[in-house]
Amino acid sequence: MGARMVDFGGWDMPVQYSGILEEHHAVRKAVGLFDVSHMGEIEVRGPEALPLVNYAATNDASKLKTGQAQYSGLLYEHGGFVDDVLVHKVTDDHYFICVNASNQEKDYEHIRGANRFDAEVEFASDRYVQLAIQGPRALDTLQKLTPVRLAEIKYYGFTDGDVSGEPARIARTGYTGEDGFEIYIAPEAGARRWSGILAAGEEFGIKPCGLGARNTLRLEAKMALYGHEIHASLTPLEADLAWIVKMDKGDFIGRAALARQTEAGIQRKLAGFEMRGRGVARDGYEVWCDGTAAGWVTSGSPAPTLNKNIGLCYLPTGKATAGRTIQVMVRNQPVEAEIVATPFYKRAR
Amino acid sequence: MYPENYRYTKEHEWVMVEGETGTVGITDHAQDALGDIVYVDLPKVGTRVEMGKSLGSVESVKAVSDIYAPVSGEVTEINELLATAPEKLNEDPHGAAWLVKIRLSDPAEAAGLLSAADYEAYVGEESSQ
Repeated sequence: MGARMVDFGGWDMPVQYSGILEEHHAVRKAVGLFDVSHMGEIEVRGPEALPLVNYAATNDASKLKTGQAQYSGLLYEHGGFVDDVLVHKVTDDHYFICVNASNQEKDYEHIRGANRFDAEVEFASDRYVQLAIQGPRALDTLQKLTPVRLAEIKYYGFTDGDVSGEPARIARTGYTGEDGFEIYIAPEAGARRWSGILAAGEEFGIKPCGLGARNTLRLEAKMALYGHEIHASLTPLEADLAWIVKMDKGDFIGRAALARQTEAGIQRKLAGFEMRGRGVARDGYEVWCDGTAAGWVTSGSPAPTLNKNIGLCYLPTGKATAGRTIQVMVRNQPVEAEIVATPFYKRAR
Repeated sequence: MYPENYRYTKEHEWVMVEGETGTVGITDHAQDALGDIVYVDLPKVGTRVEMGKSLGSVESVKAVSDIYAPVSGEVTEINELLATAPEKLNEDPHGAAWLVKIRLSDPAEAAGLLSAADYEAYVGEESSQ
């Protein structure tokens, strides 16, 4: 396969197969296949599964219908992120939560610690591997392998069905800014499904994709990456994720801190920028504004679809306004950049 | 894969010495590890560089890496091709995509670097770890 592997939270993960640019363009124009088996899964079951999920996570899971998923956050009492997660409602008393690899143990402990309800929390990562099929031809590719009518699954919907004759949870979700599916299958079936999907997608120009392209794709779509845009010292209000926080749904872990932060005023905010000068911003670079150090880059990269160098950074709230000129310290040299509206890339629907 | 008449560093640069001039580049192993290269930053002609010190940088989609001077001396020429076609560094790192030419201040320096066989053994070891 020619994949270059890197140790990612204890997993050997492919950074790239044919090259980040080629893989990136394949997802924007055709279809790409990602092995994201490192993602963790936690199942919450029981008569009070919903109250537990709603107490442990920020979004309002009571709004979910069966077969719907939502993006949500797990917070500490102080309002910082434990993790960002996808909550799927399987039935009234069963929720399936997809979490980040490197956070899965602490996520599990966090939800278990919040469990003063009639519910059970199961660490289920060992029972699933996850493959992501992403891009405008993702539906055509996967449809060849399943009797499930994929076109009927709405964005952020999911259903349980067969893929190549074996059970799978098929969700119309993704981390690329394109249409596509994430499927959860038994580990034993992983390798077979991988090659089966590649064969099915061949006529559409499918490419196996690694973590490198996953990162450039999600950054163009301005999707947060744990450890970068969000972590224990950052709240969803700062991270431009107020939309996953439902303050009026009842109490949840971190709610009081967010209420206090709102009251006091949000001091810093995540903003997108485009480099104007020559250079690429990288994670951790300092950002200057009006002659003083004002913030830091959380993610930065060439944006292959846009042919620009883009990034996300934290800045004092008043300075995080589109059109403002900032300087990114690229290897100790200030390089001019401009705050822009996000997402950087939005697919035509 | 690695030309016999070049000398190599453990930081993955190569130098080809002809008389008083050393042509410097990065190795195939380096370009492969970096992935798609989008920028190459090189010093100005006339800059004095010192063996083991930063000479410039190579930026790929995923990361930026320093280039270290494999030999000391003065930069006499830079490869203009790389300003407009940095991807050439992925395609021909040992040939058309050389980085700079250096007038050597100590032509004996290069003799202390790795031979092609030693470098190949070194990267083989590094990637099997």
